[in-house]
Amino acid sequence: MLTLAILLPLIASLALALGPGFGERVARVIALVASALSLLALVVVWLGFDTGAGAPAFQAVAEFAWIPALGVAWRVGVDGMALAVALMSALLFVGSIAWPADYKGKARQYYAWFLFLQGVSLGLFLALDLLLFYVFFDLSLVGMYFLIGRWGHGDAEYAALKFFIYTLAGSLAMLLAILALVLANDTLTFDMRALIAAQPLRGTDLKASLVLFGLLLGFAIKTPLVPFHTWLPLAHVEAPGPASAILAGVLLKMGTYGIVRIPFSMMRETFAAYALPLAILALVSILWGAIVALGQTSLKRRIAYTSVNHMGYTVLGIAAAGAALGAESARTLALTGAVTEMVAHGLITGSLFLMAGSFWQRAQTYEMSAFGGLARTAPKLTAAFFLAAFASLGLPALAGFVAEFQIFAGTFAVYPWLAAVALIGIVVTAALFLSMAQKLFMGRAAVPTRDFPDFSRTEAAVVAGLLVLVVLIGIYPSWLLTLIETGSAFLPGAGGVR
Amino acid sequence: MPIGDILPEIAVVLSAVAILLFASFAPQRLQWIGAPLALVGLAAAAALCVAQFGETRLTFSQSWALDAASQWGRLLILGATAFTTLLAPGWFAEDRRHGEYYAMLLFSALGAMAMAGAADLLQLVMGALLSSASGYVLAAYHRDWALSVEAGMKFFLIGALANTAMVVGVVLTFGMLGSTGFAGMGGALAGGQGSPVLLVGAVLVILGLAYKLGAAPMHAWMPDVAEGAPVPSTAFLTVVPKVGAAIAFARFVSLFPEGSVAIRPLVAALALITMTLGNLAALWQEDLRRMLGWSSVSQSGYALMAVAVVGLSPHAVPALILFLFGYAASNLTAFAAVAHLRGRTARADYDGLATTRPWVAGTIILALLSLVGIPPSIGFVGKLELFLATVDGGYSWLAAAAVINTVASLFYYLRFIAPMMFAPPTRPVATLGLPTGVAVAIGSGAILILAMLAEGLLTPLMRSGFLPLG
Repeated sequence: MLTLAILLPLIASLALALGPGFGERVARVIALVASALSLLALVVVWLGFDTGAGAPAFQAVAEFAWIPALGVAWRVGVDGMALAVALMSALLFVGSIAWPADYKGKARQYYAWFLFLQGVSLGLFLALDLLLFYVFFDLSLVGMYFLIGRWGHGDAEYAALKFFIYTLAGSLAMLLAILALVLANDTLTFDMRALIAAQPLRGTDLKASLVLFGLLLGFAIKTPLVPFHTWLPLAHVEAPGPASAILAGVLLKMGTYGIVRIPFSMMRETFAAYALPLAILALVSILWGAIVALGQTSLKRRIAYTSVNHMGYTVLGIAAAGAALGAESARTLALTGAVTEMVAHGLITGSLFLMAGSFWQRAQTYEMSAFGGLARTAPKLTAAFFLAAFASLGLPALAGFVAEFQIFAGTFAVYPWLAAVALIGIVVTAALFLSMAQKLFMGRAAVPTRDFPDFSRTEAAVVAGLLVLVVLIGIYPSWLLTLIETGSAFLPGAGGVR
Repeated sequence: MPIGDILPEIAVVLSAVAILLFASFAPQRLQWIGAPLALVGLAAAAALCVAQFGETRLTFSQSWALDAASQWGRLLILGATAFTTLLAPGWFAEDRRHGEYYAMLLFSALGAMAMAGAADLLQLVMGALLSSASGYVLAAYHRDWALSVEAGMKFFLIGALANTAMVVGVVLTFGMLGSTGFAGMGGALAGGQGSPVLLVGAVLVILGLAYKLGAAPMHAWMPDVAEGAPVPSTAFLTVVPKVGAAIAFARFVSLFPEGSVAIRPLVAALALITMTLGNLAALWQEDLRRMLGWSSVSQSGYALMAVAVVGLSPHAVPALILFLFGYAASNLTAFAAVAHLRGRTARADYDGLATTRPWVAGTIILALLSLVGIPPSIGFVGKLELFLATVDGGYSWLAAAAVINTVASLFYYLRFIAPMMFAPPTRPVATLGLPTGVAVAIGSGAILILAMLAEGLLTPLMRSGFLPLG
């Protein structure tokens, strides 16, 4: 079933790429159907997912040989974290594909690349083989490169180049670390389950430290953590709206998901030793992201920098969970919060970027000064934007609050001072979202009404679909939290405890 | 004499002679028949080579190695030569005597095969000289085009220097070890101490091999040949001699026990210099063929990583062969696409190719990304195994340097990919017709399919080292 969820979009992408006869409409329908079917396959897995106490660490596992001589195989399977992130990703993909976009006359190729990206992104979250994980990690770069370069605006080619080179550097550093980790194991295998059980590298000697740094470098670039974030604002600004949503909602999660899946789970002892520096780096990202976002005049750049800030919370939660300090319950809380933040940030920032795409479609600019008083002309857009902005700044009863509350509650027990300083980030975020919403929607109208129509029906449906979940998680989070807390990262002994 | 052990080579010689005789008497309109003749000969040789699979022994008075590395290497040489043969009829259609070209290709391939199987320094010299002498002709085949002649001349001058160095090196090595056979040399090296004269001898032999490999400091011919030689010759010369030389190089290094003569650190340094130099020179090239030439230099540097860890990691042999397969498939495909587009080579001429010739553009992009090592191409599998072997062999710093170089290489490949995908097309693009089109399709198929079949290559290679020691 998981294999199906990965392959369906890929096959449809291939069909779109090779079948020259498809018009814009047919291409769109094919893309939507394939994308939705892939989501459906994941929902089926979810319905059969066992969240009970005796549930196995990984479920819905499937395995096919690829290169047995190297211990490499097509291995897929999910724990609660992977399933939650994958479901969110698939949903966001359906929304982004449905979102009206400027195809620049190449609808078929546009949808083909989106489906390709959906297949490889889901593949990454569902993979149980380190090499497969790496393959999908790399392929996601290729897909994003062509999406930004071809359908972006402004200096798209440069942005795409910088994105590709920057993140490939990270992914190759990660590859070397993966190889060293695998070679440190007694048997040559890339099976994640075997490596999690074996913990091949321990302690803080040079080798283990370098491997950990390699992995963290790769994921820190992808996440991104300050100071490895400089590719992000550029890529976001030049990418088309739906691609930005995917970049923020799905591709950034690959970094944090990777941290939990690989160094956090496979090198617990080493990770615990370096948890504090990682937490400090996360704190820097939180503050830097928030403060720099405040200084942006472009709507999209501002949202982009809040991603740096939010991913900082996630990494802070992961670092706190991985530290061998404090009560175990607190660390579990921090990790649950971090994973919830991944899901919440995907939904919230995904919808924010989609809406930013609407601004560009209507006005060809992201400068906030070009807008004003939109509440009168576009009430639906205004309501949705405010809701998403409130969720993003962590208002209670919305998904962002659930996530951040748990991260902070957990982190206070482990690194009280860091958590206290990080709270400043929340204050700044609140300020920047409120001032942005104020500039865009209040005050004097800067754009004539007829040039700025309200949401189309598709836009309204997509944003509603995403934001309903944001509210649902905010009000009644337990269904998500139970799902997330099932699985390997939460097993007794995880997170530095033995 | 165990003639049966060199049947593939005999098949190549016989078909080369047959083509030569045919080309001498056939009229111009029938010269192309040399191509199918060559293909038949190569297919027969490949079948005979496959028949040898599983054998692991030295033969012909211990001067010829039949092991997995030599068998797969020679098979790759035969396949690459056959691929080049597909490119030639269209390219040389106007050439009055191009039938001989196929004979030259076969002779040069024979030289490379001789290097891949050599278990004796004299045999190695013979192979290198045969491969070089025929290579000069291939590079300068456009007799009245200055760039081609210049490429041949440069190839020849550097070759003369390198081959002389190699012969002197063989003499010194023979003097110190008392044998030119690898088995005898290996025995002497295992027992005795290293000496400065021996090191000089080994370095001189390595210089000769570096020339065939296109590695520093004997790499200078590579970009000129890539730019000036006829495209089929370029495809051939950047791949086939390299395969033979890389295997010979690794076999030579395998003779040295770790510690006696510091040959592996030397090779590692050579690898680092070669890949860095090739990449830096490729960065700002405006000519696709020249860029591919420099990238080919840097790829030689990667291949040397596997040579540096020979004997230190069980992954060294499979890494070398797998990487060579990946490099050959990607590089040949890229040049096949260039030949298919009638040799267009300026970066600006590729603007909007994805719109005008989507399939060819897709193939070039696939080939270039495979050269970077992006999955799921054979280039990725090769590089993966290469990194694995290098880390396993204790040369992690070299692997780290290769990673940095790979990132740099992505930059110059993307400089050519971006205009194909993102720029508007300028004018219609002519192609060379069906045979080169078929070659392009085969090449792109090989890049993807070989990656799926990598297991079939790895398993036999994992079990075997290099004769005479492994």
